Amino acid sequence: MVPLSHYLILSAILFSLGVFGALTRRNAVAILMSIELMLNAVNVSFVAFARYLPQTQLQGQVFAIFVIAIAAAEMAVALAIVLGLYRNFKTVNVDEINLMKW
Amino acid sequence: MDIKLAIFYILAAFTVWAAGVVVLGKNIVRAAVALIFSFCGVAGLYVLLEAEFLAAVQVLIYVGGITILLLFAIMLTSRIGAGTTRVINDQVVLSALVGAGLLFGLGYAVLRGIPALTGPPHLPETSPFLGRALLTTYALPFEVVSVLLLAGMVGAIVLARKE
Repeated sequence: MVPLSHYLILSAILFSLGVFGALTRRNAVAILMSIELMLNAVNVSFVAFARYLPQTQLQGQVFAIFVIAIAAAEMAVALAIVLGLYRNFKTVNVDEINLMKW
Repeated sequence: MDIKLAIFYILAAFTVWAAGVVVLGKNIVRAAVALIFSFCGVAGLYVLLEAEFLAAVQVLIYVGGITILLLFAIMLTSRIGAGTTRVINDQVVLSALVGAGLLFGLGYAVLRGIPALTGPPHLPETSPFLGRALLTTYALPFEVVSVLLLAGMVGAIVLARKE
């Protein structure tokens, strides 16, 4: 059986990669993809705990379902915002979008 | 016994490799396709963790829904052929430090703070259990999430529509 710590280390690696991507990418869509990676990393540890805790009631899997639902809602709104940004600024590079009003 | 470990290592290496392409890839479309592979790797890990329902949901919603949405957004906003522009901003060193520090902290916490749990040998069948739990114990959060999804849908339409 795979030890629990393996899953948690994998989750930590994925989460750190996501943080790095969200901080460094210039394209707003790429930042959103990095955020999705982070949400996935958290889901991996939720599901791993749901499997490995004694007398589990599968709370981790229920949490993961809610995380997925909220990620879907977040992604729809965020992509609408990206489209609005592109319409107004003709770019989606976040370091060129530095005005709140123009 | 050991075959599970081998499968875990293969899936983990695949997922991390795909995530690395997502984060570091120059071409945004390739990054989106690598994201699909990463999601599939995570779905495989869910199967390994006996969470079949979540694996199916992962493939349906992430691979089938969110990635397609992302690809549409990429096609609507980016000039795909122009691969010469910089994809990384000026904070790359600082961000690498933050990421490495986070990884170190999380790894330390995992290796030192979490006891070696083993869990029951087999989970009960998860899909009926999850369905019952969502409609009894978690009925209120379930309804709140439906309202949130509705609000998100309306908000996305309002934001993306031309005035």
